Parts: sequence; structure tokens; C-alpha cells
Amino acid sequence: MFLTRKMIKMERPLERPQIVEISKSIDEAEGIKTVFLKSDIKARPGQFVMVWIPRLDEKPFAISYSNGVEIGITVAAVGPFSNKLYAMNPGERVGVRGPYGTTYHLEGKKIVMVGGGYGAASLTMLAEEALQQGIKVKFILGARSKNRLVYVERIKKLIGSDNLTVTTDDGSMGIKGYVTDALQQLLKKEKIDKIFVCGPDKMMKAAAEIGLAAGVKGEISGERWFKCGGMGLCGHCCVDPIGIRLCVEGPVIDFETAAKITELGEYHRVKSSRKEKIGVHQTEV
Amino acid sequence: MTADISTKILNVKLANPTILASGIIGVSGAACCYAAKNGAGAVIPKSIGPKEREGHNNPILVEFKGGFLNAVGLPNAGIDNSLGEIEFAMKNAGVPVIPSIFGGTKEEFGMVAEKMATLKPQMIEVNLSCPNTASDLGEAFALSETAAAEVIRIVKDKTKIPVIAKLAPNVPSIKKIAKAVEEAGADAISAVNTMPGMVIDVKTAKPVLHNKQGGVSGHAIKPVAVNCIYDIYETVKIPIIGIGGVTTGEDAVEMIMAGAVAVEIGTAIYYRGIDVFRKVSDEIKLFMEENGYSSIKLMVGKAHK
Repeated sequence: MFLTRKMIKMERPLERPQIVEISKSIDEAEGIKTVFLKSDIKARPGQFVMVWIPRLDEKPFAISYSNGVEIGITVAAVGPFSNKLYAMNPGERVGVRGPYGTTYHLEGKKIVMVGGGYGAASLTMLAEEALQQGIKVKFILGARSKNRLVYVERIKKLIGSDNLTVTTDDGSMGIKGYVTDALQQLLKKEKIDKIFVCGPDKMMKAAAEIGLAAGVKGEISGERWFKCGGMGLCGHCCVDPIGIRLCVEGPVIDFETAAKITELGEYHRVKSSRKEKIGVHQTEV
Repeated sequence: MTADISTKILNVKLANPTILASGIIGVSGAACCYAAKNGAGAVIPKSIGPKEREGHNNPILVEFKGGFLNAVGLPNAGIDNSLGEIEFAMKNAGVPVIPSIFGGTKEEFGMVAEKMATLKPQMIEVNLSCPNTASDLGEAFALSETAAAEVIRIVKDKTKIPVIAKLAPNVPSIKKIAKAVEEAGADAISAVNTMPGMVIDVKTAKPVLHNKQGGVSGHAIKPVAVNCIYDIYETVKIPIIGIGGVTTGEDAVEMIMAGAVAVEIGTAIYYRGIDVFRKVSDEIKLFMEENGYSSIKLMVGKAHK
């Protein structure tokens, strides 16, 4: 009859950081590294972990590698926390908890990944899974300029150069322009079953609009300021006007849900919760 | 028999006695509506103060066996930037919205209350008891009869809207504090806020929360809350809203029997999902039907009889 405390599942680890060593780090691009942590966290593409540096802060990171022994996270040195993590050496310890959030859903025979800046991290891991399932993968990868592109070689090795389209804002590599321009071109030429998008807000909004207009399904991986980060209690990542929590009901959401989020590409909430307009930059966070 | 799970706080009718607790989820108007959509009988947005505050760095939340510890640090956009969010909630939630306010001084409480009153909410909750902001805001007002009463008096002076005083459990006598706020004009009491605690990570020898100390919520605080509500019910005539670890319908009924007319829910969203409000309401109804209670009123304070 009644739900008693015994019926509430408690056989799970407590929500607190596990202290782990950094095993190695690999330079990916200017100011961007993949940092590997000795953690048995098993994450699916799109999910994230919270990384803690004691007495400094705790921040969310998308998983770019996960094999049950190690996880890889993509770290772009942009603020006090990421700069510190970027500078840490193998053997040093951090806290990590997770994985949290939703994952991408693979379907169809041919799909396209659209990655902007270091947003390509989770999509590269997804591409690996798709290939294992026999799904054909196209990849559109963009950044401000050549030296900010990540995972170009890893992606080429996976799907071959013919299936990779690179765009840069300044034309220093690949096509001069935005990933969304390349996406539009691709959808005109080929039948694509699903689009997966990860990158800056404005780019994801534009890609979702393109997909919806073309009648092609897709998912984006949203990002907002995470405080409790995955526990779904603080409300800081609730988005207007539907109120869903991007750390629980996201970060991966489908195009239809993305279209309902009026703040996507327009504004986000800063640490205090005050709304702040999102800059014009389309290609990088 | 069909049980009626509606309840009343003063003249405000709630379709069910579950309320979204302040500090959980309710950062924006849309977030409050999300809780309402998931069954909350009323919602209390996150506390709003006189000016913009960032709150503490992460981690702001950590679990221990029996509950959670939080130190978010009252982040908010400031009253002037927040009225739009409250207005959005009031227009769209479809349930009563009870704004929560705080200040660093009693004058700040008065100023925020006056501005909040322009939206004409049905009630205002006065957060006298955040345990995590002592480093800049000083000791919580709810720890002293005089300080708590002074804040309530000034808020009552600035607005005609009914005022709920939110009290702290970690005081020598909650009866004295409850009496003091009632005499100062509080129209209702919500009890209790979290109480101070600490979790240390032994591998790094560092407190996990960035603020080091945080407020205990969840299962561990529940018997403390029930005891406080029981004591307050014996002392004052004004209605009580119970808060602290309510996770199931049985927990809610226990608080109602101690003297609460409604319960606030926060941490249980983690244990049972955002629709915990609907689940708890269904369980309250089932309990009432199985145990012969046709209305909430028949259970309020039952443990005293």
C-alpha cells in the first residue's frame, strides 16, 4: 500500500566526489586538452561528470572517452577552474562524480554529427558507437580557426576524410563558414536519418531549426550553469519557459524540445541567476 | 470513502498539502511552474534579497547516509531583477506562489518585502534562517527572539500581505522564537530550515562543500522537524507549515499530525523525482482513505489529542 523507506532504493553510492588520479593528458588544440582520469565511471555519449578541485570549485565536463578503467574529458582552458585543471600533471588528484544526464539515441542508417569547437568531444565518442552498430557516419566539424579544431585525426581515422567536412570562420582550414552552412548543403544532397549537434548555443539552435525545417530528426546537447550538477535539486539549469532541468532531463534533448526552449541561443543565467544575453559568436563556446 | 486532500493556509486554498520548498528548483518562474506541473499544491521560489548575489562556489551539495548537506549561499538576481520571474510564476503556475525574501539587515528585509508586495502575492515567506551565509550576512535572525521579531515587525509594517516566518531548528527553545514572531505579527510559521553540518573528504582532508559548512536536509532532519512543529503547535495559534525530510505520504501525515496544515518538499525531489509532489499527494489520500480521515483538517495536530 504505502511507500516506506525500505522501498526507496538506497543501494547506490553516495552523491559525493571520488578522489582519483590524473593518468595522462593529451594536447588536442590550442588551449584544449583531453585529461584522462583513473575512474571506473561508465558513461554514455552525451553524459557528463562533475570534477572537483578542493577549495577551488566543481564543474561539469562532457565525457569524450570511457572504457571502465579510465575516462577522458575535454578541457578548454577558459576560466580559473579549467586553467587549473589544464595545468595539472599526471599523478595529481581530483574529485569526480557521475555520470549524469541523458544520452544520445542512435537510429537510422546514415547520421551526421555537427560539432562546434570542443563540442565535438561527446560526438566523437558517439560516432564510434554508431560505427560499431553499422550506421554510416558523416561529420561536420567547425571552429573559429585551424588551431582551435579538435579530434580531426581521430575522426578521420574513424570515418575517413571523405566523410568529414571541416569549416572554420576564418577559412584557415576546410570551408570558410559555419557548420550550419555545411549541414544545409549536406541535407540537400543526401538522405540523412538523424542529426546530432553539440557546440555553442546559437549554433545548436540554428542546427535544430535546419533539421526541423527539413523534417530530419535530431538531438542537441545543451549547456547551462550547473551548481548541484546532476542531482536536479538546485534549479540553476532550468530553462525558459518549460522549466526542465538540463542536468537531469538533459543535457541531450531532441530538436522538438530544443525548439520549445525560447532562451536557447538568446540568453543564459549567470552564477547569481541573472539573465545574460548570449554573444553573437556562432562557432565556439 | 473519498478523502479530500485540499488544505488551507490562512485564507489561501491549496488543492493538496505539498509545497515546493524555497531554495530547491525555484530559481526562475519557469522552474516554479515545472514543480507546479508535477503536482505541487503551491510553490515557494528561491529566496530573493536586496541585491544580486552569486552564492558560493561548487560543490554546493553533498550527500551523507541519511540526507544531504547544502550551502548554495542565497544566489539571486536581486529584487529588482527578480520581480519578472515571480510574476511569470504567478501568471503561469496555476497554484499559489509564495515569494521568499531575505536580507542582511532588518531594513533590507523591509525594503525587499515592500517591493515584493507590489506584485500582490497571497503570502510572503520570510527566510529568517539560512544557515550558510554567516560569513557575510551574519548570524541567522531566527537564532534570536529579538532579531526574529524585529524583522517580522518591519516586514509587517511595510506590507499588508500575510507573512510566514521561516524558523531554524538549532535553537535552545523554538517555543520562545515562535511566540516572539507571533507576537510581532507573523501570520504563519514555516518550520524548519536546515541546520548546520559538515562533511569532510578524508582522502584530501578537505570539507567537501566550498562553504565548508552546510545545512542538513532530507531524512536526518525529519524527527528534528516533527519535534519542532509539535512544540510550536503547543505554543502559538497561527498555522504551521512543516518542512524537513518529507519524502513519502506517511512523512507528510506525520508532520500534519504534529500540527502542520501543509508541508514543504525539497530534497525528496532527488530521491523520488520531480513528480514527488504528485506521489506524496496520492499517498496521503490513500492513507486517509485506509485510515478513515475524510479531510486534512481532521489530522492536523492529531498527535496532541
